[in-house]
Amino acid sequence: MDEYTIEVNDLTKRFGDFTAVDHVSFRVKQGEVYGWLGPNGAGKTTTIRMLLGLLKITEGSARVLGYDPTKEAKTMQAQVGYMSQLFTLYNDLTARENIRFYGLAYGLARDELRRRQAEILEMAGLEGREDTLTANLSGGWKQRLALGCAIVHRPKVVFLDEPTAGVDPISRREFWGLIYAMAKKGVTVMVTTHYMDEAELCQRVGFLSQGRLVALDSPTRLKQVEMRGQVLEIDCADSEAAMRVLQAAKASGQFPFDEVALYGAQIHAVVPDAEAFRQPIEALLTSEGVNVNTIEWIAPTLEDVFISAVKPDAN
Amino acid sequence: MNNTIAISTQDVVKHFRTRNGTVTAVDGVSLQVRQGETYGLIGPDGAGKTTITRVILGLLSRTDGESSILGYDSMHDTYDIRERVGYIAQQFALPPDLTVMENMRFFANVQGVGRAEQRRRIPELIEFAGLSDFTGRLAGRLSGGMKKKLALACSLVHEPQVVMLDEPTLGVDPVSRREFWDLLGKLRAEKGLTIFFCTPYMDEAERCNWVGLMYQGKLVAHDSPETIKKMVPGRLLEFTPSDFVPAWRAVEEMEGVLEVQTYGAMLHVFVDDPARRRREIRDALAAQGIACEGMREIEPRMEEAFISLIRKQSGNGQSA
Repeated sequence: MDEYTIEVNDLTKRFGDFTAVDHVSFRVKQGEVYGWLGPNGAGKTTTIRMLLGLLKITEGSARVLGYDPTKEAKTMQAQVGYMSQLFTLYNDLTARENIRFYGLAYGLARDELRRRQAEILEMAGLEGREDTLTANLSGGWKQRLALGCAIVHRPKVVFLDEPTAGVDPISRREFWGLIYAMAKKGVTVMVTTHYMDEAELCQRVGFLSQGRLVALDSPTRLKQVEMRGQVLEIDCADSEAAMRVLQAAKASGQFPFDEVALYGAQIHAVVPDAEAFRQPIEALLTSEGVNVNTIEWIAPTLEDVFISAVKPDAN
Repeated sequence: MNNTIAISTQDVVKHFRTRNGTVTAVDGVSLQVRQGETYGLIGPDGAGKTTITRVILGLLSRTDGESSILGYDSMHDTYDIRERVGYIAQQFALPPDLTVMENMRFFANVQGVGRAEQRRRIPELIEFAGLSDFTGRLAGRLSGGMKKKLALACSLVHEPQVVMLDEPTLGVDPVSRREFWDLLGKLRAEKGLTIFFCTPYMDEAERCNWVGLMYQGKLVAHDSPETIKKMVPGRLLEFTPSDFVPAWRAVEEMEGVLEVQTYGAMLHVFVDDPARRRREIRDALAAQGIACEGMREIEPRMEEAFISLIRKQSGNGQSA
């Protein structure tokens, strides 16, 4: 087996004139929790389908567990788990029957299947609900059952495609607990999301925009390296009035704001240098009759960084 | 922003009858939205956000309680409400075979906006939405972000005093989401518009003056984002233990620990005294052979507060 569980070089997928995935390269180590953040249509699902051997690769290469998904999909799939955004469960089967169904489909022997059923029911917290029809389980239970079914054959790599869409925050936290428990056992996890806060949970995260991987690093490093400009949080008595003054200053070119936006009772302004601009901004607001309570230099959010990374380079 | 109430509900209850009996979608919700405020109703799917929005608008009849917009009763004054309120439904779809301009005219006609008014307002709104270069494009051929902006422009064509937006940013890319929020910011700063919106994204709470956290049909909290974040007692420590489950169990039992939440491979621990407990946690775990990496104090975000509040409401100390 290779040193890397997933190894992708210049992977490209075109549908006619449309390039869905555009020369993407990355490597994922064994036991790593690796994430992709990107909007609908960025190419997340298309990439996963190519890695699973379900979709032809137009250009470039991919290796999963050392296998070539275009040629060795069958051997590879026995060691790979996949959970799609539409938890593919049978609603008219019970929780236990769903696990059994997937276990049989993966060709598990009777003893192993019995063991896995018990393990998965425990992992998903479904004890006492084994015989509930899946249709009657709430979102969080269904989601954990879907994960259980995806890993019934003890895969070494698991692809999770927006697994937490539409699930409440407590269930989402529990689900991430399960992801890290798997990784701890050496399973490699590749997960996609469009929740900014969830991307923070990955050990490394890639930003995908229009088929291209525009940034890739740990969330902490991304905030340090990829962000153009610094964020000032301005707190005023009348934030609407302050906003009008700052918008005008941006429009006239008086200040080189990358962005000025209302955040509740505060304003966030992105400037090239927070320390240098703090005083002049305060002076401007005061001269326009707006009382400033505080101006603070704050850490960017991952969303700030994402937007900075996908924006065409202004420099 | 002033203190006039634009939207008000008092003990609103909404039951739906289903084959298996009655479902309570909204369970005694009382909320007030002041004029000029940006109010965010935040909660997971199925919390009842869409139902209460539709009850307020008069699109669904309420089972019990009172609700009104701008003083007009939701159930009895629907025509007055329709004239003064803009609405974007969650599954809202613009006619895809009409152009941007045709869509604007279509909605203006539906709302009974006169010719002269249309000539004045429509170009203004199209410019506001950043769609001036696309007036001839079919709505079906716009990007997701542009469709949302067009929907917003259409909902404003009759110059409403209040807009109600049901998950307007769902599935939109981060850049478009931010552009959409910038438009809402302009409406608030320049026009003093009252904005009521629903979202499953906790981070959008930061955009609001006032937030309602909704869960299982109830409002769990109802306050400014700053105040809600302070509702969780104690201060928050974050760290990555080398052995997760034993560390979690051990920390939960320790003195001065008020609540433990999991966060991926990290633990979030609310404590009474961060300087002291930080040392104690580190020492206690070290005694079990567990290392703590990157221990630091962080500010609780809306999500930590929400989790803590709904756990308290359902009265369980279970894992999260």
